[in-house]
Amino acid sequence: MEEIAILGVGMHPWGKWGRSFVDYGTAAANEALEDAGVDWNDIGFVSGAITVRCGYPGYVAGSTFARALGFNGAQVASSYAACASGATALSVARGQILSGATDVALVVGADTTPKGFLAPNEGDRPDDMDWLRFKLVGATNPVYFGLHARRRMDLYGATSEDFAQVKVKNSRHSVHNPRARFTKEYEISDVVNSPVVSDPLRLLDICATSDGGAAMVVSSMEYARAHGVPDPVRVAGISTVTPTFPDTVIDLPYIATDSAAGAAPASRGFKTSIGDRVYAEAGVGPEDVDVAEVYDLSSALELDWYEQLGFCAEGEAEKLLRDGVTAIGGRLPVNPSGGLGAFGEAVPAQAIAQVCELTWQLRGHAETRQVEGARIGITANQGLFGHGSSVLVRR
Amino acid sequence: MSRDNSPGKPPKTRVPAVEGLHTMEGEPHLIGGKVPGREAYFFPKHLAGGDPAASGAVELEEVLLSRVGRVWSYTSSNYTPPPPFVAATDPYEPITIAAVELEKEKMVILGQCVAGVTPDDLSIGADVELVIDTLCEDDEHEYMVWKWKPLETAQS
Repeated sequence: MEEIAILGVGMHPWGKWGRSFVDYGTAAANEALEDAGVDWNDIGFVSGAITVRCGYPGYVAGSTFARALGFNGAQVASSYAACASGATALSVARGQILSGATDVALVVGADTTPKGFLAPNEGDRPDDMDWLRFKLVGATNPVYFGLHARRRMDLYGATSEDFAQVKVKNSRHSVHNPRARFTKEYEISDVVNSPVVSDPLRLLDICATSDGGAAMVVSSMEYARAHGVPDPVRVAGISTVTPTFPDTVIDLPYIATDSAAGAAPASRGFKTSIGDRVYAEAGVGPEDVDVAEVYDLSSALELDWYEQLGFCAEGEAEKLLRDGVTAIGGRLPVNPSGGLGAFGEAVPAQAIAQVCELTWQLRGHAETRQVEGARIGITANQGLFGHGSSVLVRR
Repeated sequence: MSRDNSPGKPPKTRVPAVEGLHTMEGEPHLIGGKVPGREAYFFPKHLAGGDPAASGAVELEEVLLSRVGRVWSYTSSNYTPPPPFVAATDPYEPITIAAVELEKEKMVILGQCVAGVTPDDLSIGADVELVIDTLCEDDEHEYMVWKWKPLETAQS
């Protein structure tokens, strides 16, 4: 797959700031433009990641950000794929660049998120799976995280201390990250003594919801060279795959899986297929990866990703964690930013923020959380309703 | 099962919390959809996905799904879920939720467990059966839903 260049990245710090998502996205966009040394008026395409929690301006995020920056006539698109929205927005921008429709694009997503459980749209909505799961089962997002964590325990011998260790590791990574919301360093005892939310997961195993904004300026390789950047961090692969039928692993927001009675599931499950696609596009494999940013909606889900991205065999993630492989200083640090545990989730910004962090890592600009010598990085996340998301970057 | 109505008051009417998803009379079953001529089942029928091997527009058959299965995983919701969920008790008591694989249909279905079952009572692979039970009540109605009930009497 032909590559595109990442010329600039920017983020508004995550937190609860009480302002409009437009402010966060605009701040992130301005930082990315400045980082890239690209004039806003030269941007030919704005790819916005949609927020569904901020009314109409959020549904037309691309246009909203373009107007806030000062309408410059650029073409726009807005994408929604739940937590995967940022990767989708990046893939739309890549398509525009590789088709020759534009040379340089801005990708931006931001959110203002209410405290507590994410909830479905209001009203009587029996035709909406996202409504049914709350109405009939009480299946909040942490319920799904708990189901998957329980399987790690019963099938692979994971312990609550293993899950807590993910939080402890990531909190140590985040201590000096100026963009993280939570920078306290936690101990195992803090996590295992926090209240149970969805058995076996506790409050400190589960990510919060946050405000935040992230942006990237991306361009063709030719544009980057002409711009005086011959060796940029590049996007070498993007995965936005959906599952294949029958998908027999229960996941958000469904209350039932497909049936495997008449057709065998694919040998590689949905979440494994997310990484498969991005590795194939980039022409590299898990053994080449130096650093990863994965979606730790819960501590236990980070462990699932180790296996789904091929860092180890199924059932061996706890060993990788216990051996320190995935901590900064280890062979394959995961979530050097601190991950969702340190940021909290700002849905449309999150997949972009993952790529921002890897860009700083590959440039060697990540300061105290730097993964030494990182050349290849991978992100992974997943949006509900079957949206895969992974981006592979390299230098 | 549901609590008794107070003496002297007319009995509450039992209605499904959402129409058409399960039986209300006779043996408890979920009502699913099936691709004609293929072993492809969906639940709920009205929100079924497609079977890519079934070409063209497919009208799903209505089928009663089997009412026993094995626990695929389980968890709890220790805090009150947001609306439209209505808690059965005030104050809220944690609910236990199981994902159950139906042996015949080879599909996993989520549901609450009956009152009194905690995560400590469950294990992956345990046999459970489907029952129709009270989700919540108001002054006139009991709103009914499917729940999972362990077949062994291990729970306290």
